[in-house]
Formats: sequence, structure tokens, C-alpha cells
Amino acid sequence: MTEQLDAGVAARQIKESDVLSGAGDGREVGRARRRKEDARLVTGRTQWTDNIQLPGLLHVAFLRSPMAHARITRVDTSVARTQPGVVAVFSGQDFAAEQGSLPCAWPVTEDIVLPDHPPMAVTEVRYVGEAVACVVATDRYKAADALDAIEVDYEPLDAVTDMTAALEEGSPKVHEAGNKAFTWKFAQGDIDAAFRDAAVRIDRTYVQQRLIPSAMEPRAVVAQTDGDSFTLHSSTQIPHILRVMLALTTGIPEHKLRVVAPDVGGGFGSKLQVTAEEVLCLLITRRLGKPVKWTESRSEGNLTVHHGRDQLQRISVAADADGRIRGVKVDLLAGMGAYLMLVTPGVPLLGAFMYSGIYKMDAYDFTCTGVFTTKMPTDAYRGAGRPEATFAIERIVDELAAELGMDPIELRRRNWIQHAEFPYTTVCGLTYDSGNYEAATDRALALFGYDKLRAEQADRRERDDPVQLGIGVSTYTEMCGLAPSRVLGSLSYGAGGWEHAGVRVLPTGKVEVVTGTSPHGQGHETAWSQIVADALGVPFEDVAVIHGDTSSSHKGMDTYGSRSLVVGGVAVVQACEKVKEKARQVAAHLMEASPDDIEFTRGEFRVRGTGTSRTIQEIALATFAAHDLPDGFEPRLDAEATFDPDNFSFPHGTHLCAVEVDTETGATKIRSYVAVDDVGSVVNPLIVEGQVHGGIAQGIAQALFEEAVHDADGNLLTTTMADYLLPSAADLPDYTTDRTETPATTNPLGVKGVGEAGTIASTPAVVNAIVDALRPHGVHDVPMPCTPERVWRVLDQARTTAQSTDGGL
Amino acid sequence: MIPASFDYVRPSSLDEALETLRDQGEDAKVLAGGQSLLPLLRLRLAYPGTLVDVGRVKELRGVADRGDHILIGAMTTHYDIVTSPIVREHCPLVALATATVADPAVRHRGTLGGSLAHADPAGDLPAVARALDMEFVVRSADGERVIPAADFFLDYLETALDPGEILTGIRVPKLGPGWGFHYEKFHRTAQAWAIVGVAAAVRRSNGTIEEARVALTNMGPTPVRATAVEEAVRGAELGAGGVLRAAASRADEDTHPPADLHARPDYRRHLARVLTHRALLAAAGTT
Repeated sequence: MTEQLDAGVAARQIKESDVLSGAGDGREVGRARRRKEDARLVTGRTQWTDNIQLPGLLHVAFLRSPMAHARITRVDTSVARTQPGVVAVFSGQDFAAEQGSLPCAWPVTEDIVLPDHPPMAVTEVRYVGEAVACVVATDRYKAADALDAIEVDYEPLDAVTDMTAALEEGSPKVHEAGNKAFTWKFAQGDIDAAFRDAAVRIDRTYVQQRLIPSAMEPRAVVAQTDGDSFTLHSSTQIPHILRVMLALTTGIPEHKLRVVAPDVGGGFGSKLQVTAEEVLCLLITRRLGKPVKWTESRSEGNLTVHHGRDQLQRISVAADADGRIRGVKVDLLAGMGAYLMLVTPGVPLLGAFMYSGIYKMDAYDFTCTGVFTTKMPTDAYRGAGRPEATFAIERIVDELAAELGMDPIELRRRNWIQHAEFPYTTVCGLTYDSGNYEAATDRALALFGYDKLRAEQADRRERDDPVQLGIGVSTYTEMCGLAPSRVLGSLSYGAGGWEHAGVRVLPTGKVEVVTGTSPHGQGHETAWSQIVADALGVPFEDVAVIHGDTSSSHKGMDTYGSRSLVVGGVAVVQACEKVKEKARQVAAHLMEASPDDIEFTRGEFRVRGTGTSRTIQEIALATFAAHDLPDGFEPRLDAEATFDPDNFSFPHGTHLCAVEVDTETGATKIRSYVAVDDVGSVVNPLIVEGQVHGGIAQGIAQALFEEAVHDADGNLLTTTMADYLLPSAADLPDYTTDRTETPATTNPLGVKGVGEAGTIASTPAVVNAIVDALRPHGVHDVPMPCTPERVWRVLDQARTTAQSTDGGL
Repeated sequence: MIPASFDYVRPSSLDEALETLRDQGEDAKVLAGGQSLLPLLRLRLAYPGTLVDVGRVKELRGVADRGDHILIGAMTTHYDIVTSPIVREHCPLVALATATVADPAVRHRGTLGGSLAHADPAGDLPAVARALDMEFVVRSADGERVIPAADFFLDYLETALDPGEILTGIRVPKLGPGWGFHYEKFHRTAQAWAIVGVAAAVRRSNGTIEEARVALTNMGPTPVRATAVEEAVRGAELGAGGVLRAAASRADEDTHPPADLHARPDYRRHLARVLTHRALLAAAGTT
């Protein structure tokens, strides 16, 4: 215990020294700046979508299907129309001619089944919560009250809740074309040879339970029109993509549609979506000519915010007797839910290239089948595809270690890509540009006190202690920084992966940055300010960041996939470079020198070898006045840049988790957690630390707490936070965090992205630890979430099996 | 929160509150700290015509030493109970269990009376009321009566309170010297309800257990006393560990544990046995 405390203190001290060195050389990048946006965010004194008040604002409430699968035979809105305060009531039929189909931008195969997805159901409902009608009223309460007065007749159809059953002959069909959405295959190397010659083969099935992304701010939409053009405020991660998609869906010309993401309180992928409510609010405001607002309740959100994960993973690994991995085979069922939403089918593909993890192997074979069920559609959720892949490979590597009687760290060392081997092209065809698994793992082992914990584990096993100790390892990597446009194109994604930035120096030398990224908690205003402060030599406080409004930030690909810094931050750097070159021209002209003789250091242009200089602020004012500029020089100190990366980025790290499992109650307690991450160069260590903490919490939540549960009729049973358990700070351990820094070689900042790393890493670390604790009892797996009851039942079953085996002998 | 429409009154005296209740009949609902009622309103699972908010009725708050018992005003918050020197000295089990209720925000608003009158068997305090044989002081416009804890909890979310009655105070008997206490709560997250909870009070003398009281949270539609355990443990020698375990193995006798997302009945039965053993050990001061 003392050792861990000491280790934790040591790690924190290292952090502080990082911070000091960052500040010491005068550079902003590397400083643990407190976030400039936080004061307004944490006090709520800002524009959240639900805070918006407009003259004559009307409120929308949706009537949602209580059945998972049914034909709509009648909708009668006549009584509801007469209720107090009700302005209008619409059914799906009322919008049938104009509502179009919610878009799927990632049809992964040519023969994919792409069902029509009306924002409001017209003839059939396919999940509980699907909108069937809506009330528009003068306040939110009256709108909700009037929902009871809408009559809907349903003709029940059979629900399909299980993916395996959905694929069986004779299963009820979610759509006419059947329940198989697509099959996507990918193979490299001779997989048959790898498995044929291998000394060891392990086959496992893992279930990625359905998760409900639970952003702190519920979704909210405000739509308004002046009769000609439209403005949509939405709590979204993707104002730019949303504008394009809504223009295509509703027929509102793109230049007549402004989309604004004001401050947004979290998303985790759930607001990377074009939602039914966004489309319908626009249609309602177009129909009525009045502004409307909709804000979901938490229970409504649990039902109708797209869900995450929901995969059934069959994975096999083949290895030599000395532990060398020969090949990995994956056969995946991916739950689509009832429809294909924005990137629903693409999520498992983001994992398809990650099942080899950090390991070298000869062959790889991947098959994914997308399956329709009568449930809320799934889509991107923090990590999107990569947590699933990482979980499966890290779990089965631990199983392989157990099978071979080898320490799981040693087995990983024998298989991982050595530091000297980078850049390395993996069996999946990705080129990992940089990494140092040895350094991160060695650091993690030291902080964790690995040997001492193993000794304690042996002691507890020896004593048959009711509380057993388990140690879980996760040496993860991920592909992020989405993404090279060409690669996205080759995977049938509907758009590119570039990002845009504009930088303008104002007459007084202050700087405005316009970014195409759309922060919803990440701290872009702070990080971008640090980058610009260094690039242009202006004070951190002199930089403002503008985002999230398509009328002021005209171009962007928004925020998801740990892309903002890796793609958008680089665009900011490139725009700054262009501005600097313009300023250099003006400086040279004013100082009567050649631009080639001008040095730029910390905001000052100096004629090389002389004492003559001009600050960037002086140049800004001179450019504004425009009295004395070089011939033909356009009087503006601003520039734009669009950056399209050549490659993904590949953060990695080693997470170690120690759990105490109470074998009497099944309760798991995380005793210590060490995370050593390598996210490349770091712009702001505080932001990185925050992302790592939150990410680990979310991954632990999948391992121990969260699960969207449906009954056999397709009813969601976890509609409140009393049933869908999110851990709070009281339920999570202190983390010991540290970093190694192996800069990315694929971008000028050397950054790799950190938004999803913690979530990807932590889930397998925790489950590996639990299984490790129970392995002497004959346990090889505990399904997630590893609730006390599940652990107890798994133990109970293992004991029963052991007894019956003993009896047989 | 978007509840159904209701009328709201906020009387400033108990008499005024009782008059309102008498006039409104079954359509009225008393709002105490709101920590259980508001979620029901939010989910539109409760449709009271009138909410009678007794938050300003000062006479319902506070803790008083009444000689052989302490009297806790029904509107006394969990926080005030946990920090009350009188409660901590004379009825430590109440303070121990109350400290496990939900989170600090809930403990600052939620009240003992509200929690007991809500009668959720998953709440921590009903079982404590049973273990300590608390008495419930109840007033209506017609007068006052006292209901023993054993007669108060009738069914799931159902009590012996009549429409028109308000729980005004709770009498907690002082057990005197020689008693040890423990509340063993098992839940998945700090804010979650108990899957199972065990309230235990044990009187020790000369190395044996003279008397024990054990009550169970969430092992049926009402809080229950584990009488089989209480009998089995009487006279047990504290050194003999197997005796307590054997006694605790009878904890689930005559219980009807519910099935929900967090636990099925057989697991709850198992937990009741394990946790009762732990609670007895802790209350007897042997851990």
C-alpha cells in the first residue's frame, strides 16, 4: 500500500516538473494551462441550447412507440389538438412527403441493406422510443400533457432482440430485405497455415454489451426561420456535417441553412449524428413559421440517443509453444439496431484494423456481419470499434498467457513491435509511425509495484483468502486522428477527413482563430490558444477561438475520433505559418531589408545581425493602416489552411489494474490503477490528464457497471439512472498516471490524440484483473459488466463444474 | 423535470398542513425532502392533485432527548441526523445507516420521516426502524396516535398512515449500555439503493451475545426482522466463530426477496446470509 502511495506521489511530481520545464522556456505548448473556457462552462453562464429563449418560442414533445415492432394502423391527433396551449399536432403521415430518410454516410459494402429511415414513423415502428407523433405547444409542460390525448393503434409484430436469433431462418424480419445488413471481410496472410502449424489455439467469445452514452447535457434543438432562411441550434458535435446532411435531407438549400453548436456539454460520439429530432424541428418550424425548441429528458435520452458497442466477438488466436503469435481470426456480429444511422455500419470497421493490437503476426482474418434487431440503432461511442477490438485481443492474449503458463507481460514482450522496428507495417496493413511499448510498460510496472503485487496474489491464493487479488494488463494501441480522406474513401465513407482553420491578426495585435473542430468539453479554446501563442509569439490571453457556427466557421469536419488536435490543431499551425510569412513581408518592407534576412522569435521580426526589429503587433497595425506596404501586398494579416493527414495516429500505452474480488459476495474493488500513456507530444498536460481520467472512468464503467438491458419484447429496462448505473467519483479508484512521449512523425506537432485512449485501454485491464483473480477457481471469463451477481454466478458455476469433474474421476 | 400538473401548497404550521390534508383527502400528497417523491413525479408514476410541502413546518425538525428515548422530528434531514450528538450518543445505528444513504446532496435534502413514510424496502432506514423498534408518532386533524415500527410497514410503498395523517416524529428507544451496532450495506454504486442491507444490534456480556436484533433491507416488500438469526445467536460465545456463521445462514428464512436488474432472489438470499454474518461480527466488535 505504502509503495503504491509513494509511486503515485512520484508520478505526480514528474508531472509538475513537466509543467515547470514547459513554462521555463517561455513556450506555451507543454504548459499545464487551466482551461480558459471552464469558468463559463462550469458555472453554466453560457449559451447551452436549452438556455436559448426566442420571442414566440414553441415547445415540441414527441410521442414515442411503446412497442419494439408494430404496424401503425391509426393515429388520431384530433383530441390532442384541442388541449390547452396546443398549437399543432403532427403524425408521421403529416410529414411523409417531405421528411425524407435519415442519412447513413457509411454504406460499407455495395450490397448493404440500407433501409428507409423516416424521422417520424409512418407505417411501422421498429424500436421502443421511435417517434410516431409530436405536439407543439406554448410550453413544455402543456406539450407533454397533450401527448396522452393522441391515439395510436398498433398491430403488434414480433420483436427481434438477439443477434444470433435474428440471423436464423424464419426469424421475424426487421426489414423486408432481412436481418443481415452486410458482411464485410478482410484478410491478410495465410491464415490457414498460421492455424494449421500452431502449437496452441485458443477460441473465445466475448460480448460487448450495449451501452448508453450519457453526456451530461441532454440533446436539445432550437429551430427558427425568417421565412426564407433557417437557423438550427443543436447540442451536436458536428455542426458542419449536420448542415450538409440537413440540406440534403430537407431540401433547404445549404446557403439558406445556418447550424450552430453553442457550448455543448459532452457527446462521447452520441452527438455525432443527424437525429430525427433535428430534422423534425426544422420541418415543424418550416410548417408553422415559428421558432420551436425540443429538449430531451434523461429517460427519453436513454431510449433514443443512439446506443454504443453491441457486438458479439468470436476470436481465435494461434501461437507457437514459446508464445509467438501466428495469427488471429475474428468473426464479428455487429448489432445495428433497427436502422443504419450516420456511421452505424462503419463502427466495426474502425476496429477491423486493430485486432492485431501492438503485436506482430503472420496472418489475420476478419469477418463482420451487421445485424438488424428491433432496438435503438447503435453508432459511434467513445472509441467506436477500437475499444471492442482492443478488448478482444488484450483479453485473449491474457488467456494465451494462462494457457502457456507464462507471465502476461512476458508474453506481450515476445510479440510486440520493438521500438527499433518503427515505422512498422502491421499485418492489417497500417503503418504505425512511432511507439515505444518497452518504455511505457517498464514505467507502468515500476509505478504499479508489479512483483510485489504478484507475491501478495500468491500469498492470498495460498491462504485461500476469501478476497482474491487479480492483476490485469492492457497494452493497447489505437488508430485515431480521423483521418486520411483517401483511406476513408477506400472504406466507402461518404466524406473526407481533413480539417480547416483560419487565423486572423486584428489591428491591435490580438488574434482570432476560427476552427472547424467543434469542442464539447475538450478544451480547444485553451489548446488552440497555446499553439497560436507559440506560433505567432503573442500572449496566450490575446487569442480567441471561434467555433461551432457555420456562419462564422464556414468549413469544418468537426470533432470525434480523437481528431481535433491531430488534424485541426495542425491546420491551425499551418494557418499561423501563412500569417507569419505575410507578416515577414511587411516587416522586411518596413525595415528595408530582404525577407530572407528577417528572423522571427517570440513575436518579434528582427533584421539578422542588427538591433532593428518590429513586433507582430506593430506589423498588425501597419497592415491595418496599409499606408506603407510592399507593392501588390494585400492588406490583410490572416490566412486559412486545410490539413488532410497522410496517416492515422497511433497513441499507445500500458495500463495495469489490481482488483480485489470478494469471492463470497462477488464484489470487485479496484485497488490500484496505473496508466502510462504515450500520446506523443503534449500541448497541455492538464487537458491530457483530464482526458485520461475521464476515459479510464468510462472504460471501467463498461467493465463493471453499464449495460442497456432489454426484455424479450424489446423493451428497454434501463431507462433511468437508477437502473443504468454510471459510476461516480465515489465508485472509482485514484489513478496513478504518467506518460512517455514518443512524438508522432506524421504531423508537425508530434501529437497523437488522447480523447479515446483511456476508454480503449481500461476495459480489458479491469476484466483481465477480475479473471486473473478467479483463475485458480477455474474461471476463464466473466461477461461484462462484471457485476457482483455475475461474478458470484460464474464462481458458483465453476465450483459446480469442478465438483462434477472430480466426481467423474 | 416535466411532471403532470398539480396544485402546490406550503403551509407554515402543522395544523395548517393537517387541515389541508383533511380537505384534499386522498388526492393530496405530503412533500418532505422530495428525494423519493420528485423522481416519481418526474416519471409521471405519481399524479397527486395537491402537493403539501411541509418544508416550512419548523416544529417537525430537530432531535430531542426524552429520557428513555430520543425523538427525531420527521422533517429532520439525514445530514442533521448524522451530525446530531444526541443521535450519535444514544442511537449510533441510526447515524451509521443514515450516513450510507445516497450522496451528500440527497442527505442534505432528504428526511428521516420522508424516507420512512415512503416505505421503500430498498431504503436503508426502514430496516433500522424495525431493528430498533422505533415508534412512529402520527397526527391528523382528529388527533395523535403512535404506531410501532412492526405495524407501520404494510407492503411495498404502503404504510399504516391514513389519508389525512402526517408522520410528525419518530421515537427511537435508547438501548442502554453493552450494545454494539453495524449497518452492512451492499450496493453497486455509492448512490445506488441497497441490493441487500443488514442492520444489526448486539448486546454483549462476558464474552457471549445476550441479545441481538437483526433487520434486513430489500429482502421483501417490507423491511423484515431476521428472527431466526436473533434466536440462534442468543447466548452464543463470541470466540466461537462458527456459531455466528451458522446463525447468519438462517437470515433469509421467511423472506421474499425481489427480482430486479441488480439481483435475482437466490443471490439476494445468499447475500443476506453473508452480510448478516459480517454485520453480526462487526456489531459484536470482533472485526
